[in-house]
Amino acid sequence: MAKKDAPPRWDRRMQQRLARGEAAALGELYDRFASLVHGLAHRVLGDERAADGITRDVFAHVWEHPETYDPKQGPLRSWVATLTHRLAVQRLRVTETAALAQGDSTEELESRVRRASVAARADYIVTSMPSPLRAALELAYFQRRDYRQTAADLGVTEDEARRRLRLGLQLLSTAHDTGAPGAPPGYGGAA
Amino acid sequence: MSEFEPYDEHEGREDPNDPEEKDGPDEKSEAVEQRRGHGSDGDDGRGLGHSPRIPMPRASLEDGGRPLPVLEDPGEPPVPATALPSAPAPLVLEHHVLKSLLGAWALSACSSEESAAVEEHLGGCGTCADEALRLRDAVGLLRPPESLDLDPALRTRVLEGCLHRRPPRIPVPRWATPYDAETARLDALLQDIGDAEWHAPVRLRWFEDESPTNRRTTVAGVIAHLLSVDGLVAIALGLDDPLGDTAADSPDPSSRTETYWSASRFPPTRGVRAPWREQTHDLVRTVSFTGGSGSGSARPAVSYGSFELPLHDAMLDRAFECWIHAEDIAEAVDYPYEPPAPRHLNSMIDLATRMLPTALAGRRQRGLASPARGRHLGVAGEPGRSLRLEIEGLGGGEWLIPLDSPAAVGSAEHEVAHVALDGVEFCRLAAGHVPPEEAAAGQVGDHEAIRDVLFAAASLSRM
Repeated sequence: MAKKDAPPRWDRRMQQRLARGEAAALGELYDRFASLVHGLAHRVLGDERAADGITRDVFAHVWEHPETYDPKQGPLRSWVATLTHRLAVQRLRVTETAALAQGDSTEELESRVRRASVAARADYIVTSMPSPLRAALELAYFQRRDYRQTAADLGVTEDEARRRLRLGLQLLSTAHDTGAPGAPPGYGGAA
Repeated sequence: MSEFEPYDEHEGREDPNDPEEKDGPDEKSEAVEQRRGHGSDGDDGRGLGHSPRIPMPRASLEDGGRPLPVLEDPGEPPVPATALPSAPAPLVLEHHVLKSLLGAWALSACSSEESAAVEEHLGGCGTCADEALRLRDAVGLLRPPESLDLDPALRTRVLEGCLHRRPPRIPVPRWATPYDAETARLDALLQDIGDAEWHAPVRLRWFEDESPTNRRTTVAGVIAHLLSVDGLVAIALGLDDPLGDTAADSPDPSSRTETYWSASRFPPTRGVRAPWREQTHDLVRTVSFTGGSGSGSARPAVSYGSFELPLHDAMLDRAFECWIHAEDIAEAVDYPYEPPAPRHLNSMIDLATRMLPTALAGRRQRGLASPARGRHLGVAGEPGRSLRLEIEGLGGGEWLIPLDSPAAVGSAEHEVAHVALDGVEFCRLAAGHVPPEEAAAGQVGDHEAIRDVLFAAASLSRM
């Protein structure tokens, strides 16, 4: 009954609708990405109101500059996540720099920013990874199932359960990979 | 592709075996705490000293006092019965098997024999040791998902902020914003509820034949009901009918709902959320193009079978129904749910007051209301005998309801009665959730007129 556009098509179409100033498209964009945006911002900043502010800024940016998204560079979702990450880290730096005046060292600031960045990327990777991998990780970690029970729960072989757990963690471990400053990695929608 | 689909995303987080899903995050953090706590309880004598380069698993199953997993695989080499209790004979596994176990090992999700074999191996294999370290670090990044419920008011604030900075070329019509907001609020509630709650019993309640009536369904059944009846607007706009080729006996809300419910051999599940939400988005998008500008005459009317409403009123009606049924659902799954934003509530009340004179006339024809008594009967546009409806609270206001003819104009000079009640109470009355005799209303004046109006308000309700 539900007719789903293939994601790249949905992304392109959304961009066109935003570009021509369709308010209904903005609402749909919000409905699809608000919890992603708010969740990432909250993971970086650890503060509800600050996350609200980032959410406002992210959607304002997309609404005012839809042309800055290039569908050829990847999914809209990754782009929105990267934008959120950048704005949230910027804000964290500002607030933490203010705290610096109270005696924190620059290294402490940098390591706090790095930890927050890695945590946010990890969240994104988990929510974006193929659901079979995520399901396996959730069973093994949150439900404390061993891999044999995980295999049984998922109806797959034990080999497959081991493979999924290893692959899921391998994907997750890329949250630690930092690239050039200002260009947060880990939001390539490939996962 | 599931990463693009918020519904799937959410479903991915569900544990189908856990009926208490909505408490998930808390339980999960507790579980994590337990694991962490037990991790420091000391070691079990297994694997220590084999691999100084690699930290031990954060916690293992046997630390938690849970039964050891049974080796069920008949292909697994049996543990020799002669093994000493303190030092079970090590498993001998091939390199590719050990490598494949690294993820499960890092998560403490393999047997103690396998863990020991992996750790033994890590001491001598640099590649595996590097990966093990990396995967162990990754485990530390797993967190229970944060609570997803966003403040629904944030949506309005964010969207309004955006539209202020860049005015839209194609706005959502003012009369469609209550529908946009109410469907978003309901969707946020649905996002939060677990599989089991979709089957929680709900009673649809309305007022029929002068008394309260109800129909039993489930949370998913309510969404199917909204999908079917919103479909009346979809049809009027030339969009697909959610009932597809299954023709309903008649195009009224209850027939359509019953048809949708009975079209499948199985009761509806949470799977109904995606088509419902897609249709709500389609409606808002389409009315932005077809209904935004000009007068009402260019807009299609929406047929409800026995009556029709202009498009803008139909969208208000659907917003109202969405809120009322969201409250039914919230009550069934024990969630808090707020009334609509005051200006949206005001539009909904206004719609009901505009429908009252016709409802009164219909009831009078059927002998259910007192006879008309005005001197200006049937003269269109003339002031007539009126009831002053004073709605208190946010979103309230005052309305003069002409009593004797839908064509008459409400008039303060011909006021014969005054009723005051709270806005949400009035909406519940109009939704058939509060019997007219019990509506908490302050009343002054002609008792018959008051009774007629309160009953007419209740008669606006339907399944």
